[in-house]
Amino acid sequence: MIQMENLHKSFQDLEVLKGVSLQVEKGEILALIGGSGHGKTVILKHVAGLMKPDRGRVYVNGKDVYKLRGDELEQLRSHLGFLFQSGALFSSLNVFDNVAFPLREKTRLGEREIREKVINVLEQVGLSGAEDKYPAQISGGMIKRTALARSLVRNPEIMLFDEPTTGLDPVIAHIILDLIKSVHKDLGFTGIIVSHELSRVFQIVQKVAMLHEGLILFVGTPEEIMVSRDPVVRQFVTEALRIPSSAMRSFDREEKPRGKE
Amino acid sequence: MFIRKLGALSVTGLRRTGRLGLFFVTTFFFAVTPPLKFSQLLKQIQFIGFQSALVIFLTGAFTGMVLGLQGFYTLNRFGSAALLGPMVALSLIKELGPVLSALMVTGRAGSAMTAEIGIMRITEQIDAIKLMGLNPFRYLVVPKFLAGIFALPLLTAIFNVVGIFGGYVIGVKLLGIGEGTYFGEMSNHVTVQDIVQGIYKSLSFGALIPWVCCYKGYYVGYGAEGVSKATTQAVVLSSVLILFWDYILTSALF
Repeated sequence: MIQMENLHKSFQDLEVLKGVSLQVEKGEILALIGGSGHGKTVILKHVAGLMKPDRGRVYVNGKDVYKLRGDELEQLRSHLGFLFQSGALFSSLNVFDNVAFPLREKTRLGEREIREKVINVLEQVGLSGAEDKYPAQISGGMIKRTALARSLVRNPEIMLFDEPTTGLDPVIAHIILDLIKSVHKDLGFTGIIVSHELSRVFQIVQKVAMLHEGLILFVGTPEEIMVSRDPVVRQFVTEALRIPSSAMRSFDREEKPRGKE
Repeated sequence: MFIRKLGALSVTGLRRTGRLGLFFVTTFFFAVTPPLKFSQLLKQIQFIGFQSALVIFLTGAFTGMVLGLQGFYTLNRFGSAALLGPMVALSLIKELGPVLSALMVTGRAGSAMTAEIGIMRITEQIDAIKLMGLNPFRYLVVPKFLAGIFALPLLTAIFNVVGIFGGYVIGVKLLGIGEGTYFGEMSNHVTVQDIVQGIYKSLSFGALIPWVCCYKGYYVGYGAEGVSKATTQAVVLSSVLILFWDYILTSALF
């Protein structure tokens, strides 16, 4: 379970997070949406313990991330997978070694078992045959898929996805989101996914939170956000999904009798 | 207004010096406590040591040759050309060997360390290392730090030997000093203590270069410009600190 309490974070004079409180239950995936530059990645980095809040707390599996030191923090992070927006692959290692890296460094598996696992996960992300290529030799989509393979190869309990499909063609984006869905089904990880691909992401998440100007403006299910009356939420969702406003009005008409927002 | 600016500059300077100091303490702590990434250490010894050998060889040869030439004409004025051997050897062993080797390693390997760590920082590779439950100091900084301490005395030894041979080629083969005089006077005047003092210097430079260069890469600014700025700063700061520390050691040891 991930719990954020009253997170504040400023960069010099710019206050990015102004008191974010959010909870993700065990086994649940939350979609974190909002405009660019509103602090979504900053939230993910706080959960991973890569940034320290000016105020507030982050609990992961009941442990205060900022009170953990040394081995305890390493232990927590060994159960955590993070898909970086840029992929963050090691440029000096090929695709195979990038994916094998966490297994070689943090497990006692033999080289044969590592090979099996890596080949298997690369097959899952559609990268069979690209094992010997270096990050500089592959496309953006392949970099994302390699990074996804690397973050999933240790079967993490918690997964943080920072824009996993940005910059990818629709087919690859679909494959990646499908993969996240199927791995979640198999492993049941707790996750946060930052994405602008709302139509597809809404199909794999159980909860949506919208960040706006440093605060959480909305938390609810994908169905609930579609009928939100908050003008900012409504505008964002309409634009992101490119739903004609007439369609949103028909949502309203359908939802009103049930008394939902 | 002026005082405020001066105060702000002083605080920034103090903060950066403190951070540099803490970086050294952290690196040292992880260097003396297990586990050690042995494969990374070997890779770095190969990079800092073996791959710098050619440039050290060339620098040493030419430095020794220049010393032979300059020393011969200077000593000849005082009728002491026979002391060319010890002059070349002592200049190299006590001063030029450790300092010039360190400056060459800074330019060749130090700048590469800053660029490598800096690029890893801006492309989030260091964050990725942390998130795998690995310690970036142990993985990236400590192997370079220990490799520097290990490789620099060896490179300095190569520099000295090649430099002495360069002085020999000029003094003995070109200018006609006797071979026995060149080496005989050298063994009369060069003591083990001189060699040990040179080794102390190169050991400390071997720690200083990775410390400063890794620090500059670890706290790099933004983008390609940040990396280029950090690389330049690393080379300049390391070179200045090498010369400053050389003076401190020389005054303390001799």
